[in-house]
Amino acid sequence: MSDQAHVRTEHDLAPGEEEQHSVGERVIGYVVGLALALLLTATSFFIAGTDLVWQPSIPVALIVLAIAQMGVHLVFFLHITTGPDNTNNVLALAFGLLVVFLVVGGTVWIMAHLNQNMPPMDQIMPMRR
Amino acid sequence: MSMTATAGHAHADPHHIGFVVDHPGPASKRIVTAYGFWVFLLSDIVMFSCFFAAYAVLVGQTAGGPKGSEIFEQRNVAIETVCLLFSSFTCGMASIAADVRNRFWFYLGMAVTCVLGLIFLVIEFREFADLIARGYGPSRSAFLTAFFSLVGCHGLHVSAGVLWLLTMMAQVFAKGFRADILRRMMCFALFWHALDIIWVAVFSVVYLLGSGV
Repeated sequence: MSDQAHVRTEHDLAPGEEEQHSVGERVIGYVVGLALALLLTATSFFIAGTDLVWQPSIPVALIVLAIAQMGVHLVFFLHITTGPDNTNNVLALAFGLLVVFLVVGGTVWIMAHLNQNMPPMDQIMPMRR
Repeated sequence: MSMTATAGHAHADPHHIGFVVDHPGPASKRIVTAYGFWVFLLSDIVMFSCFFAAYAVLVGQTAGGPKGSEIFEQRNVAIETVCLLFSSFTCGMASIAADVRNRFWFYLGMAVTCVLGLIFLVIEFREFADLIARGYGPSRSAFLTAFFSLVGCHGLHVSAGVLWLLTMMAQVFAKGFRADILRRMMCFALFWHALDIIWVAVFSVVYLLGSGV
């Protein structure tokens, strides 16, 4: 128990660690997270196969639902919050997300333009005449 | 004197969080270990983002082979998703049990997590074996290469997680809830929850977007 008592005196939390709660409160936190995640998952699977909504909106809806579910996992399972004792963890996460968006967004952006700007040779040759 | 006081205040409150923290010295080993592992997990997520980027670029390059909508079975993916989600929950229960030193609930939570992880792996392995048997292996098209490497990389992580899980159960059995064992348990819980987050991206981007478009 000495390790936990040590944590209480410091104003910092390790990632994945909660502020001091009773066991019951912690279990309820996980149950709420599980319920929200199940709800979002069910919505995703429903949206993907339905004809009820405007079809071009489906990819956007799926991506928004996925981001929402990742948020639920981060808050309720990994306990990454906006609290002052979590600043270091949030900053590391923010940097990680920056790199992820640069890699994915930059790759998709550049490759889409390469397809446009560099068509195959048989398409370029007629253009030169 | 007031200047020194202000300087001291600014120094003690580097993030402007509103109150002065009297730092007692370096953070405890539990915080340092978990934070280091958190940084590793973020770098792992960055690595996965490269696989996702490759998949997004190559998803249309089917070379006359099957498209995603022709080979994905949503029922299997739904079962896999529910398995991983519930295993994340039971892993959380096991880490609470470890914190309060309750062996029974710890073993139960970890065992259920292990079984759910294994069900996930079996379903994924059968999906891969079925695709390869039909001639749609990773060498068939660039799309299938990207698909197998992205989903297979996640599957490898889950396999490593299951091995780690069994190791943790054995260590708690042999050594009890020592401080160093609890630190490892904390890192394992972080790893398992992060795998579930990556799976959310996989089933949304690969399976649901792929089968619809």
